[in-house]
Amino acid sequence: MKMVTAIVKPFKLDEVREALSAIGVQGVTVTEVKGFGRQKGHTELYRGAEYVVDFLPKVKIEAAVDDALVERVIEAIETAARTGKIGDGKIFVSTLEQVLRIRTGETGKDAL
Amino acid sequence: MKKLIAILALGVAALGFSTLSLAQDTAASAPAAAEAVAAAPAEAEAAAEPKVDSGDTAWMLTSTLLVILMTIPGLALFYGGLARSKNMLSVLMHVFVIFSLISILWAIYGYSLAFGGDGNFFGNFDKSFLRGVTQETFGPLTTIPEYVFIAFQGTFAAITTALVVGSYAERIKFSAVLVFSVLWFTFAYVPMAHIVWGDGLLAQDGALDFAGGTVVHINAGIAGLVGAFVLGKRIGYGKEAMAPHNLPLTMVGASLLWVGWFGFNAGSAGAADAVAGLAFVNTVLATAAAVLSWIAGEALTKGKASMLGAASGAIAGLVAVTPAAGFVGPMGAIVLGAIAGLVCLWGVTGLKHMLGMDDSFDVFGVHGLGGIVGAILTGVFAAPWLGGAQGDDFAMGAQVWIQIKSVLFTIAWSGVVAFIAYKIADMTVGLRVTEEEEREGLDISSHGETAYSK
Repeated sequence: MKMVTAIVKPFKLDEVREALSAIGVQGVTVTEVKGFGRQKGHTELYRGAEYVVDFLPKVKIEAAVDDALVERVIEAIETAARTGKIGDGKIFVSTLEQVLRIRTGETGKDAL
Repeated sequence: MKKLIAILALGVAALGFSTLSLAQDTAASAPAAAEAVAAAPAEAEAAAEPKVDSGDTAWMLTSTLLVILMTIPGLALFYGGLARSKNMLSVLMHVFVIFSLISILWAIYGYSLAFGGDGNFFGNFDKSFLRGVTQETFGPLTTIPEYVFIAFQGTFAAITTALVVGSYAERIKFSAVLVFSVLWFTFAYVPMAHIVWGDGLLAQDGALDFAGGTVVHINAGIAGLVGAFVLGKRIGYGKEAMAPHNLPLTMVGASLLWVGWFGFNAGSAGAADAVAGLAFVNTVLATAAAVLSWIAGEALTKGKASMLGAASGAIAGLVAVTPAAGFVGPMGAIVLGAIAGLVCLWGVTGLKHMLGMDDSFDVFGVHGLGGIVGAILTGVFAAPWLGGAQGDDFAMGAQVWIQIKSVLFTIAWSGVVAFIAYKIADMTVGLRVTEEEEREGLDISSHGETAYSK
């Protein structure tokens, strides 16, 4: 089992969600985050007080998936989230030790 | 820098107080017909029989309402939006409570000392607790009941004291706000109101101040600057982000201020008449011009016109037209507003950096500086050949000098009283909260509340 974490541009959220549903991913967790990579921030000006804001708003999507589905998940997110412009984001894949569905107590692949 | 300012301040104080003797020597130039509310009608009293005019009274009651709206929630939201969210409630609290407190004190002794009697600096206590005031009596105005006049003037006292909040916000102790406000209201606002509007020194001198450029704006602006000086900077000022947390609310506040200001300026005509109409028109035009000149200045120097700039420009224009509203012509008001917008833009940027003080929401940069510009330019644009309402014997040079004297006097008086008031507050209850309390936010540490629960 793997945890796929994707950081994408906020307006891409719906597209990514639909692409994941289309290949059978049942559930995701979405968080609003901020960060930066190579994309530059912006400057705000309030009555002569200047603020350089490095952080840009992004969306983090996390999905626990079966090993067999991982490649297709990565491809789906990549295609849906890409704009070709700087700041598109990244996808991280990490190994998942254990998964449990709280309502039924199912564990492992049955809980995904 | 601080030493330089202290020396400058002492110099201005000395200059200001020396204008006292000058003002006393100057033969009182006959106050122009359209002079500010109180003085002229009181002198003409003997001829005019006081009688309630329902049109005037209805307008004055409405104006009073408008000025109250300017304070709550206008000023409260304007300042509140500029604060960080952890201090939002404290700012709202300061304004709301000051309004309540000063309203009471006005009734108890403020009105009497400001408008009762004709001493040079203070009136008398004859009308304290509003003794002798009934539904039948009249104040300085002959067509509205005295109660209406009292209410109207009370709102001015309250908003002026509340204006100072913007300078000491986000680090001051609540008890210090109360102590300072009581002292400053009593020893700076009340005498200034008397001196300019209540038959006092500057009224006799012929100073033109239609709705309170000196009494309200320079007064509060200087008190704010002194407060910024005495309190010191907010922790992290210049290094940490202190951006406004809710500019939409600031815009709402600025809009309420603009609309309410029609009561402030046009209401200062004291009647529902053509002078009120002139003040009304000027309040539209000067403000609009200042909005445009401020954002134009921003766009030219920084590349972008901002909402905060537009709102600030509006306030600058409103402040500048306050002393001028019933004395200048509409075209003069436009030029006045345009100048004020640019000068105050500099006031909150260049000048602020030069002064090196943390005036949280720019009370001095906008109200103080705007008031000074407006007061002096009133002497210029009141000229009949510039569309003003003064007579043909108007001497611009002489009038501008009278205006400058009144400005210097106000700066000196307000500055000295404010300094002493802050020091007394410091010695009695302490001025600033602790570093932990400031970091946590005044809402929680001073008031036990959060503005925006998650």
